[in-house]
Amino acid sequence: MIKITNVSKHYGDFKVLTDCTTSVSKGEVIVVCGPSGSGKSTLIKCVNGLEPFQAGEIFVDGTSVGDPKTNLSKLRAKVGMVFQNFELFPHMSITQNLAIAQVKVLGRSQEEAMDKGLKLLDRVGLKAQAAKFPGQLSGGQQQRVAIARALAMDPICMLFDEPTSALDPEMVNEVLDVMTELAHEGMTMMCVTHEMGFAKRVADRVIFMDQGHIVEDDSKEEFFANPRSERAQQFLAKILHH
Amino acid sequence: MYEFDWSSIPGALPFLWEGMKVTLVITVQAVLIGIVWGTLLAMMRLSPIKALSWFAAGYVNLFRAVPLVMVLLWFFLIVPEFVGQLFNIPRGTDMRLSSAMAGFALFESAYYSEIIRAGIQSVPKGQISAASALGMTYAQAMRLVVLPQAFRNMVPLLLTQGIILFQDTSLVYVSALADFFGAAYKVGDRDGRLVEMLLFAGAVYFVICFSASLLVKRLQKKYSTA
Amino acid sequence: MNYQWNWGVFLQPSASGDDTYLGWMFAGFKMTIGLSLSAWVIALLLGALVGVLRTVPNKVLAGFATAYVEMFRNVPLLVQLFIWYFVLPELLPASIGDAYKQSNPVMQQFLASMICLGLFTSARVAEQVRAGIYSLPRGQKNAGLALGFTLPQTYRFVMLPMAFRLVVPPLTSEFLNIFKNSAVCSTIGLLELAAQGRQLVDYTAQPFESFIAVTLSYIIINVTVMTLMHKFERRIAVPGYIGGK
Repeated sequence: MIKITNVSKHYGDFKVLTDCTTSVSKGEVIVVCGPSGSGKSTLIKCVNGLEPFQAGEIFVDGTSVGDPKTNLSKLRAKVGMVFQNFELFPHMSITQNLAIAQVKVLGRSQEEAMDKGLKLLDRVGLKAQAAKFPGQLSGGQQQRVAIARALAMDPICMLFDEPTSALDPEMVNEVLDVMTELAHEGMTMMCVTHEMGFAKRVADRVIFMDQGHIVEDDSKEEFFANPRSERAQQFLAKILHH
Repeated sequence: MYEFDWSSIPGALPFLWEGMKVTLVITVQAVLIGIVWGTLLAMMRLSPIKALSWFAAGYVNLFRAVPLVMVLLWFFLIVPEFVGQLFNIPRGTDMRLSSAMAGFALFESAYYSEIIRAGIQSVPKGQISAASALGMTYAQAMRLVVLPQAFRNMVPLLLTQGIILFQDTSLVYVSALADFFGAAYKVGDRDGRLVEMLLFAGAVYFVICFSASLLVKRLQKKYSTA
Repeated sequence: MNYQWNWGVFLQPSASGDDTYLGWMFAGFKMTIGLSLSAWVIALLLGALVGVLRTVPNKVLAGFATAYVEMFRNVPLLVQLFIWYFVLPELLPASIGDAYKQSNPVMQQFLASMICLGLFTSARVAEQVRAGIYSLPRGQKNAGLALGFTLPQTYRFVMLPMAFRLVVPPLTSEFLNIFKNSAVCSTIGLLELAAQGRQLVDYTAQPFESFIAVTLSYIIINVTVMTLMHKFERRIAVPGYIGGK
């Protein structure tokens, strides 16, 4: 589904990503973790072309992301993405947020889009909030709407960029629950997150990144039981002792 | 097609320079008075004494509601008459330069006062609390903590306002006072070369203001990284 | 000081005979409003366009927009006005230039003033629009793109509607400025409010009344515009964001 081969990216002399290679198959759930500044957010943004990269190749569903001839908008419409800061559109009501891309990008009718949006809203438990505006919801609620908004596009896979790091602790679980459910339904997911509990429960594989390198790429059992690199051991020790 | 003839410019340069001196004198004094009087107005505006605060608000809002041209006309056509009678200045004395200076200084103070007030308010309230917690008086907190930070935020805006003021001085044209623009217009009108003189004046203003704004930008960068 | 106040002067028939001095003032008032509003339309349209261009990734377009803004910002309004009024007709091809010079002089003054004020203000509007777009969270653009919007769609549906709301308060002050700046157009003989004020002083010999009336008119315009814009701001405010933020 997603194939990343030898991807490198730099800003001037500063290397953000070096030779990253990995892949995600259909139905797989991958958790990407690592210290801040390790390049994990950059990597996931390369997957749908939000960040350009200078070397290597990324294929999503057989389409090359780095190819200048690729219609990125078309590709992105098939790839759902959830952001750290939710990024709902503040000037639109929740239903409008859910419908707009369906109508303007996929060409669905307004009713069809509304219908689909409301169903998904119900699924994330927020049907009652349909008429409100993003600024009137809590962070956890906003993030659930953002997930529903991405799902409304019928994506072939979902990218999560630290979906819970901007949330107050008591709201983290409501978002993780939605993600877990999604994983159980067989959605292909690539998640940048520090939530190791989520990784343990749901992930098929864990990728650990440090200073722009993919240091570990293992099954979760292998990763948590005996991480090979010293950096990963230190990272796990720090994060699990909290 | 129009045929340009720039030949009257070189001979006119000394006269234009005299005009530029008038422009600079008005600009510099208005900036200085504007900042001093503007600071006082800003402090009055923020003061807990209602009368002072109302006076400052009224002053600032009045001057900001009225066009500069209108203010200058007051100062050229009406105020001299009034002041002349009050102080027994003989009729026909040329008070245009002093009128222009007074008009610009009082008008610009209103704008400077708003910049300075915003600068003071841009410093987080917690800074005063922190200073008080260290045992400083309100005056000490203002002088040692708030104003230095406010000033740092304000410098680029104060300078930019100075550039705007430099451009605005051309409006003394309404009193036929020969500032740089007035001088250029007079020469162009006399020699029948208005097209060339106006373009030349525009170019001179552009070079000066654009360079000055680049300097302000550089200064701003230096300040924000320091 | 002995000044003879005479507010009744406004009701006296004017020197032109067919009107009162109050009528002169009202004519100036209408001219100021008409000129400012028409220039504002130009300023908004061009300013929004140039402001957006300043933020696009295309270097040539962004460079052009920057040059546009710098040019109008660094030459005094009065000089720009004189260039539009005195210089431009000379530089046009002879046939167009002559036709223009033979047209109605009031029309000439009005056109030059409207174009001048419109373009001058458009550069300032552009700066506000650019600042508004830059003040949006960076993730908004990414979120739009990630949903499959093209860049123009992302501007249209995601960034501009929000930037527009952020920009209304600073644009209000540009809107107020255009009324004030229109007084500069009295210098080329356009009979707007300030010019009528000057005429009133000459004809009535009641300088105080004349100038107080004109100054008050400007204050009335100022207060009216502020009130209307404040109402407008509240109407477009986004629920859950303080003051439309």
